Amino acid sequence: MKKLTKLGAVSALSLMVAASASFAENIKIAFIDPLSGPFASTGTNGLHQFEFAADHMINENGGVLDGQMFEIVAFDNKISPKESLIQLQVAIDQGIRYIAQGNSSGVANALTEAINKHNRRNPDDRVLFLNYAAVDPALTNDKCNFWHFRFDANADIKMDALTDVMAKNEDIKKVYVIGQDYSFGKAVAAAAVRDLGSKRPDIEIVGNELHPIGKVKDFTPYARKIVSSGADAVITGNWGSDMLGLGKSVIENGFTGPIYTYYAAGSGITGAFGESGKGVIRLVAQGEINPPATDAAKAFYDGFLAKYPDGNVDQSRISNVIGMLAQAIEEAGTAEDVVQVAYALEGMEYDSMWGGKIVMREKDHQAIQNVHIHAHTDEGITYAYDSSDFGIVVESTVEMAAMDSPTTCEMKRP
Amino acid sequence: MDLILVNLIDGLVTGLLLFMLSAGLTLIFSMMGVLNFAHASFYMLGAYFGFQISLALGFWMGLLIAPVIVGLMGAAVERYGLRRVHQYGHVPELIFTFGLALLIEELVQFVWGKNQMPYDIPDILNFTAFAIAGNSIPAYKIFMIFISVAIFIGLLYVLTKTRVGMIIQAALSYPRTVEALGHNVPLIFMGVFGVGTALAGVAGVIAGPVLGTFPGMAFVLGSIVFVTIVIGGLGSLWGALVASLLIGWITTFAKSYNIAMSDVLGAVGISPPANLDDSLLRDLWTVTSPQIADILPYILMVLILIFRPSGLFGTRNS
Repeated sequence: MKKLTKLGAVSALSLMVAASASFAENIKIAFIDPLSGPFASTGTNGLHQFEFAADHMINENGGVLDGQMFEIVAFDNKISPKESLIQLQVAIDQGIRYIAQGNSSGVANALTEAINKHNRRNPDDRVLFLNYAAVDPALTNDKCNFWHFRFDANADIKMDALTDVMAKNEDIKKVYVIGQDYSFGKAVAAAAVRDLGSKRPDIEIVGNELHPIGKVKDFTPYARKIVSSGADAVITGNWGSDMLGLGKSVIENGFTGPIYTYYAAGSGITGAFGESGKGVIRLVAQGEINPPATDAAKAFYDGFLAKYPDGNVDQSRISNVIGMLAQAIEEAGTAEDVVQVAYALEGMEYDSMWGGKIVMREKDHQAIQNVHIHAHTDEGITYAYDSSDFGIVVESTVEMAAMDSPTTCEMKRP
Repeated sequence: MDLILVNLIDGLVTGLLLFMLSAGLTLIFSMMGVLNFAHASFYMLGAYFGFQISLALGFWMGLLIAPVIVGLMGAAVERYGLRRVHQYGHVPELIFTFGLALLIEELVQFVWGKNQMPYDIPDILNFTAFAIAGNSIPAYKIFMIFISVAIFIGLLYVLTKTRVGMIIQAALSYPRTVEALGHNVPLIFMGVFGVGTALAGVAGVIAGPVLGTFPGMAFVLGSIVFVTIVIGGLGSLWGALVASLLIGWITTFAKSYNIAMSDVLGAVGISPPANLDDSLLRDLWTVTSPQIADILPYILMVLILIFRPSGLFGTRNS
């Protein structure tokens, strides 16, 4: 009995010490993304942008609350959901309360489920999931939960904007849809078929297929099918080396129409496409890079490029993740109680560095913002990618895209 | 019909590229009895060196110089690494090459970063050679075919018709006798290892612009190279060629045609269950050939190992 009391006293004391120690510590954000393997470049660029945004926007301005600094802690998940769950556990064990992840919706699906479960079982040790790039619509629909926030426009919203633009192009009669064989690729394909069907029923979908993710060595056979199908345009959600492999192959084998993409910029892809991608690659994304929208955005890009001369600001929405989190922590008055922070994030209206507003929709935690269609070109470029002459320029804009779009999310709040 | 011809050409290009990689690997294996896990890493080095040299001196100098550098590095690895490890047996050798592969990947990331490199096809070859029913065949592909075939013929000639080839072949089977005749066997080993890695380097230089030059490129090709030499028969040059072409064509055709598993099963008279969603075998029924194209070589390997363990052209067990 005595032993037990002693044990209790010691553990209570150590808990107190740990709690008071963590109060003075940095606010840590676990960055769980691929830092090795075929998608390493995408993950590493994201990490750099997180680190820069934290320093540039928060730490250099004195931090949040009483001078608490943001600290990004990197975890390599090798793009594997299984590995991600292990890293998540490590991060939680280290006392980290904010989990940032973006590459691969497959990973995001695993993480959101694990975090939901963890928070239910450990009410004293909850964490928030800051999803900065995984755009599978299910994450803010059927699989939504209170702990998950998505800062990127989801695949449906992007496809909505993309098909708005395509619908106006009378030259497009046949479309080929191709993507990676997992939840996100399927979501893109489904959205493309649905949106084109309702906006331009005369457009024929001449191909709709999925290929294994990260395993295709040579995309030539796929390119052959696309060319011989007589398609006028291609839609793909591919990213990383899959995007480059597919795009290069399609162009090399004689395709001249537009390729509408989600992720064909930066991370070496723009540089590798170079001249061949001009007039072909179209990209849907939020946050204009060229022309720079505001002085704040300009300062951000300049600062980032000064620190990472070879880097790209290809995921500038990361600045919103950091900015909105900081604002939420200020409003909640605490970084420890993530329930308060989550309530502050819900419904938040945030002035982005691009000048526009971003609304974190309360009912499903989906950020609503302006979405642009960019063109890959070397004309009118202030901020090129990959130390090349090429970059992306805004061609058209959809204001507050899909603001009233329906959601099937039924969120349980603590 | 036209598409078949186009696919034959595409498969040929893929296959011949694979051959260049596996030829070096199978040469090294037959000589030292060691599966060089770092072989695909030398291919990656070839691509990166080729890219770097092409920035300064153009593509053609890259094609000339990069394989030489890779070959010299390979020779150095044999001389100062493998030869020392060799005395402890095969397992340490395997582990050594495995470690080397990881080291090279880290090194490449350290020097060039993790991004894709803008390594492009040279302008002089950047045009359409000809088109078959609207499918253009890039001139670069024709160039790749010529290089690969030239290398195969060259290798075959050196190995079977020249004095050097005879000494090498003799050194593979009877190293002590050859040594007693006054030939420097360790030097021959080093030379063959160097040539083998240089071949991987050539493959890297010419594949880099087409398949992408990035730190994961060795990883993506690593395992398929071993599959190739197992199917072909370890140590056989002809086997490597036939297996490479076989794999090239199988994967290309499987990706080009959307053959659904249900069609195949239907053709042999098995009809799908009434309600697919309830069936345990649902995935089997809905799978299509492009989805499993990259697994087919592995299935082929397993079948070969079961029915002909020495490979198509292998002589090791006889």
